[in-house]
Amino acid sequence: MFQIFVEDANESFACAADKNVLKAMEKLGRKGIPIGCRGGGCGICRVQVIGEGNYHTGKMSREQVTEEDEKKGICLACKLFPESDLQLKVLGKWQKQFITDTVSDN
Amino acid sequence: MSFTGVMRPGHVAIRVLDLAEAVEYYVERVGLIKTDEDKQGRVYLKAWDELDCFSLVLREADSPGIDFMGFKVHKQSDLDEFEGKLKEYGQNVERMPANELNKCGERVRFDSPSGHTFELYAEKEHFGDGLGRLNPNPWPEGLKGMQVHRFDHCLLYGSNAIGTVNLFREVLGFDLTEQVLNPDGEIAAAFLSCSNKAHDIAILEHAEPGKLHHISFMLMTWEEVLRAADLMSMHDIPIDIGPTRHGITRGQTIYFFDPSGNRNEVFCGDYTWYPDREPITWMPEELGKAIFYHDRKLNENFLGVVT
Repeated sequence: MFQIFVEDANESFACAADKNVLKAMEKLGRKGIPIGCRGGGCGICRVQVIGEGNYHTGKMSREQVTEEDEKKGICLACKLFPESDLQLKVLGKWQKQFITDTVSDN
Repeated sequence: MSFTGVMRPGHVAIRVLDLAEAVEYYVERVGLIKTDEDKQGRVYLKAWDELDCFSLVLREADSPGIDFMGFKVHKQSDLDEFEGKLKEYGQNVERMPANELNKCGERVRFDSPSGHTFELYAEKEHFGDGLGRLNPNPWPEGLKGMQVHRFDHCLLYGSNAIGTVNLFREVLGFDLTEQVLNPDGEIAAAFLSCSNKAHDIAILEHAEPGKLHHISFMLMTWEEVLRAADLMSMHDIPIDIGPTRHGITRGQTIYFFDPSGNRNEVFCGDYTWYPDREPITWMPEELGKAIFYHDRKLNENFLGVVT
């Protein structure tokens, strides 16, 4: 079991080595990282691993995470598997929707 | 009743991050049948109640999403006629040769204002539904997973969605069945039909072009929809919303994701569309009820998560 600390939300939760960080957060009913497709495709759960930390990632959409991103520790939480305690910064990809933008303006 | 021109959605080609995982999911969980695989590594699948040999094409790629959506037209001459009209309308049009997609005839491929690629075709090899055309039984034994009946429609997100809506209405002869308006009174989402169905395609205005919101498969009853939801939990398939009902089209639905993050839908129920009906309008303040009839409030995931 590893501890995952989500900086922006000041949240901390446990994650097993064989579980992805997003799923661990979801199952514990915690929040902090936005939840999207959970398959590495949509980019909503984009995070950056900061500080020391070992991890590996599953295949993620190259449209959402480039090779450059990966070198900086940027990945999708739904494909992030911890090998040590991790500290995360939430980057997200939340695009304001045309409709919600205009509706919420009302 | 007569069908002329475009008859129905015929196929959708999507990208997946892991082909083997995707094939297992669409066969074992969704219940599609794998019918072919080509030299490029594309896999062809069909739903059991379809007669043509494929309606879903998968190819492995670095990012998920939709490559193109194809519609079947009634006659070969429709193909020639639409090709001319699409060119006249200003779209980039090309003819894909027969068998470029295995066992599919020539396709007229065209681009669209929303950044999506579409195709029209008149011929595809028959595969059958396992029941034959002579004194058939009502369903085949041995179906797997959700046992979806057919690939029903796509909801596509793109910039200049109205451009594609107009293209489908003016050139391809689709009817507007339902529209969602924005506060300026313009169409933000349109549901279009080329048949008796409440929709064969839907398009929603979005910041980026060429995006896929979901591919939809049809079931017959609320019981089947609930059973599909049970299967999702049994196999840890991520659910987006549902089981619930849409205000738009009245469909009883679940949204969920394939292993690459492409959103799927299974649904049942709509109403019968005829060209002499007036379209339905949804005002922006009722968008919650339009999409989630029971929740009656907007869900950011539904509007923001696309591939």
